[in-house]
This record gives sequence, C-alpha cells and structure tokens, in this order.
Amino acid sequence: MEHSSLAGRIFRGVALTLILIFFMFPIVWIFLMSFQTNEQILRIPPRILFEPTLANYEALISGQLRTAAGNLQISFMRNLFNSVVLSSAAVLLALLLGVPAAYAFARFKFRLGETIAFTLLSFRFAPPLLVLLPLSLYYQELGLNDTYFGIVWVYQLIALPLILWIVRGYFEDISPDIEHAYRLAGHSWREAFTRIAVPLAGPGIAAAGLLSFIFCWNNFVFALILASADKQPVTVGALAFVTASGIQYGQIAAAIVLSVTPTLLLALYAQRYLVEGLSLGAVKG
Amino acid sequence: MDMLELRGIDKVYRSRGKPPVHAVRALDMAVEKGEIVALLGSSGCGKTSTLRMIAGFEDVSAGSIALGGRRIHELPPARRKVAMAFEGYSLYPPLTVRENIAFALKSAQLPRAEVTRRVDEIARLVEIEDILDSYPRAISGGQQQRVSLARALVRDADLYLLDEPMGQLEPQLRAVLRGRIKSLLAERGMTAIFVTHDQTEASALADRIAVMEGGVLQQFASEKELKGRPANLFVASFIGEPPMNLLDAGVTRSDGGFRLSVGTDMAFEIGGAGLDGEAAKALAGAPQVRIGIRPQKIAVGTGEVRVKVVSNQWLGDQSHIAGDCGGRMLIAVTPGRVAARPGDVVPFALEPRHLHIFGGDGTCIRHAEVS
Repeated sequence: MEHSSLAGRIFRGVALTLILIFFMFPIVWIFLMSFQTNEQILRIPPRILFEPTLANYEALISGQLRTAAGNLQISFMRNLFNSVVLSSAAVLLALLLGVPAAYAFARFKFRLGETIAFTLLSFRFAPPLLVLLPLSLYYQELGLNDTYFGIVWVYQLIALPLILWIVRGYFEDISPDIEHAYRLAGHSWREAFTRIAVPLAGPGIAAAGLLSFIFCWNNFVFALILASADKQPVTVGALAFVTASGIQYGQIAAAIVLSVTPTLLLALYAQRYLVEGLSLGAVKG
Repeated sequence: MDMLELRGIDKVYRSRGKPPVHAVRALDMAVEKGEIVALLGSSGCGKTSTLRMIAGFEDVSAGSIALGGRRIHELPPARRKVAMAFEGYSLYPPLTVRENIAFALKSAQLPRAEVTRRVDEIARLVEIEDILDSYPRAISGGQQQRVSLARALVRDADLYLLDEPMGQLEPQLRAVLRGRIKSLLAERGMTAIFVTHDQTEASALADRIAVMEGGVLQQFASEKELKGRPANLFVASFIGEPPMNLLDAGVTRSDGGFRLSVGTDMAFEIGGAGLDGEAAKALAGAPQVRIGIRPQKIAVGTGEVRVKVVSNQWLGDQSHIAGDCGGRMLIAVTPGRVAARPGDVVPFALEPRHLHIFGGDGTCIRHAEVS
C-alpha cells in the first residue's frame, strides 16, 4: 500500500509494534526466565539485567533436579521424545486416513456422507473429559492403557477431524474437471488422486498437518489419564516441576523453551512451504 | 460406418430429499466417422450431461454407448479413447502451457521431437505460440480456452468432445478459429461432438446439429434441414434468427382443401396439391393449429395483410420490421431499406406455400415448400 500517507504508515508501525510486544512478551519473558535461578526469578522487584545461568537446561538434560529438599529424578528428555513420537505418529496416521477420506467427502455424494463427516467433526466439540472415563475403562479392558499405540489412537480424536475438514475444503476448491482431464489422458482415478488432487491440495494438507501437530503436542488430559510416566509427553511431564519444596520456575521456563522449539521450527519450515505452494505459477508466469 | 452410437440413453440425477432430475431421456443418436456434430440447446437441456456420459464422468442410468464398435459405457474414462476440452478449461496449474498440451502425448510415450512438433503445430493453429512457456494462471480466460482446445485436439483419439469450445473468445478470433478447426478436423477425418448454445457456431462448424430440449433430442439433422423442415414447434421456433413467426389458426374445410384463419385478419387456403394424404388427415382432425412463417419469407409492401409498424431496424444489410396485426406480432426481414415509421400501416404478403403447420402436440403437419 504505497499510496498511504506518512502519518498512516507511522500509525501502522506503532500499532504493529504494540501488538507484537503484547503477544511476544510472555514468550520473551519465559525465555529470559529460563536463564535465571529460582531466587532471581522470585526477586521483587524483578530485574531485566541478571547473570544468566545454564543450570536449568543442565538439570533438564541430565535429568537431575536439585531442590532445597534434595535431588529429584526427572525424565524431561524422555517426555520430549514421547511428545515428538506421539504427535508425529498421530499426525501421520491422521493424514493417511484423513486425506483420502476428505477427498471422498469432497468428490462423491454417498449415503450418510454428510452425517459421517459431521460426526467426525463432532469429536472436536465433545469435551475430552466426557469421553475420558469410558475410554480409560475400555482401554484397560483392551490392554491399550499406557501404550504408544493407544495414545496415538486417542489423538486421532484431535487430529483427524481437523485434517478431514480443512483438506476437504481444499479438495472442493479444485475443479473436478482437472482430474477428469487427467483421467481422459489415460490414467486411473487413483493416479488422478495421487498425482493431481494431492499435489494441488498440498498447501492445505501441510497447513492441516501443522495445525493438528500443534494441537496434539499441546494435549494434556488424554496423556495425563491414559499414560504412565515413561509414555508421558512434555505437557504432562511439566507437572514434575511442582515439587514438595516449591515450584521450579526456572526449570519450567527452560522446559517450555525446549518444548516449544520443535513446533516453532516446524511452523517456520511449513510456513515457507505454504507460501511457495500458494504462489506457484503466479510468480513464475 | 457409425463411429459413435448412443442407444436409449437415460440420465437421472437423484439426490436425497429432492425429486429426481431426468436430464436426458431415451436418447438415440449415431455419429458417422469424420462427422462434426453440434449439440445445440438452451442451458439445462441435457447437452453437457450427454457429453459427460460419453467421456465417462457420469454413469448412464440406462442405455448403451458404442465407440468404433467398442461398448464404452462401462469402461473407465482412461480407456475410452476420447479427448475432451472442458468448459472450465481445467488446465493443470503447476504445468506450463506447453507441458499442458504435451501432457497426454508424453503419457502415450511419443518421441520427444514428435511431441514438440505436434504441440507447435496446434499452438500455431489456435494462436498461442507466444504463451507456450506461461503458466495457466498468468494468461487470460480466452487464452486458457484455446490452450484447453489445443490440449484436446493434439491427441490421437477416436472422438473429440468439445464443451462450449469458443465461448470465451472474441468474435473475430472465433470466426477465424472455427474455420481452422473445421479444416483440421476434416483434413484428419476426426470425429467430433461439440456443445454450444450459439446457432451461428453450430451451423458454421457442424455437419449435423442435434437440437435438444428438456433432455429430449428434438431433431438431428443438417442446418438446412432444421431450417426448412423443422420436426416440431420447438425446433421451428428455436432455429433461425429472428425466430419464426408463429400464429394460432382455426381450421375449416373449404372446397378441395382447408381454410386456416387467424382471427379475422388473415386467412390461408391450403389445398389439393400442397397437401399429402397424412397431412390432410391430420388437418381434418384438428380444429386448431399453429402456423409458422420465417421472417425472411414475408414480403413487405405488397399483399393483403395490413400491419401497423412497431419498429423498423436497418442492420446494415437487411431491415427487420416488426408490426402489429390485430394484436399479433409479425416480424419481416427484407434485404433493402423500407421507408416505414412506427405507426405507419404497411401491407405484408404471407403466401400459403411458405407456411409450416404444426398440430396441437407440436409435431409438424406440413412443412413449407422449399423455394
């Protein structure tokens, strides 16, 4: 918008800065906290300048939590690993199931189609606590309690509807005649799906995958109830920092920084891909 | 030999909670090898459904389709040997124009030099040589349409289906392309069916025209036949520009023939030699008929019908004169200018031999004599 006035540009700049500060402040503050000891954090008034320490990160990585009441074993790195495994597996499975399903819902009208699609969506607005009790009973019965498989399965409640509905919209935006043209050129509909529909919906699939990855990563209750210590993701693992001798703010901050990093990196990477995918053709032409 | 044979085709769209839509009814049609056929009709008449059933994107609800002796209506689109240009162009967005056109040829594993030669040739034909390296998003609708046309025509197929192939093009270019495509199709003996709602396009490009309405094939014949011997009232009123004048007439017997009277303003004696036995029988059994006369067949300035002029337009090569005759509108077309202003009373001559006569159900009882 080159035609806007100088005052307008200054105002926009100030407004953007304010918004940025408002949203970024908690993250910056946590980042700073992760380099402070508990005493430095709880000092009143708080100070911006401090002597940074890597003790929090050391404790997390070594698994030794030193508190006033003595040494505690924590398995933060294990939790981080669990989070990566659980979320990735859940999103992969959801993509495998959800993308073909989204295609089917977008392209074909079949009996109960809308009903099934809506039922799948309704998983998103059922409160997790409502399904947890019966679910945990079933899981005990089936022996799925405290297994990666069981948790990945229950994560489908989060990831599948999201992917299904976002990707369906992208498929609906692609003219079916593009696939028809491809099929007339001597290809089966399976090839039309994998070579035409999926690549064209690529940006949408990436966005849906990223979003559901973040939702899975941030999930707390399912893992809290259905997983024991060695299968717990970081969200549940962070509870370990609430100890008998007080809350370990420094370590919590460091844990947050570490656990945000993978999703942040993924988001940055996928964002670049999204922009590329959406502007393909327009730029080169 | 018939290249394409449609037999008893029915298409019913059913969706839950809505009454089924009968898009195509009992369609029988045979297209000869090397023939160019137009499916002509207003929107929703079933022409695009017919095309899509031949291509294989819609199932036939009943009936069979044979192409080159093969029964194709149960084959997947990939195995029907049919090429199609889509109304919405449907180019592959990540590919350049050249890649789009060459796509099917590459899939067919033609040598690279041959592919390039054929793409260049067809690109020259539809005037898109200068955009071959652009992407579909970067070119205009008219250009996309030409690319889509080129992508279909470049292929080796038993049948070419073109859905509104020139709807987006400028009139001058359309006329040029029509000629070139017609000669390309004729030269290579390609069989083609195209959908259009433009009569001029249908007449210019097609050997035969299939007029459809309400899912029913009304008449399948050459343009000359459609104009001169329309099978029914719909074809008579649909084909021709401006449309045929249609009037209600009462039938009475007169000596040796019939008298058709339109109110008290006009009366026509139809008799003896001009009627064959069946037409006479039909007229005898019908108290009321519709009579039609082409605007071009009405002579202005002579005759007994008094018409009050409503409008008189000079189109540069012909005059269209619309007049009122006892509450009925008549349009006449004459090659020269006519000095008549709105409000003037001008005589029109309607000769009985130029009348088409249609029965109560719309079928033709008698055609006008061919002059």
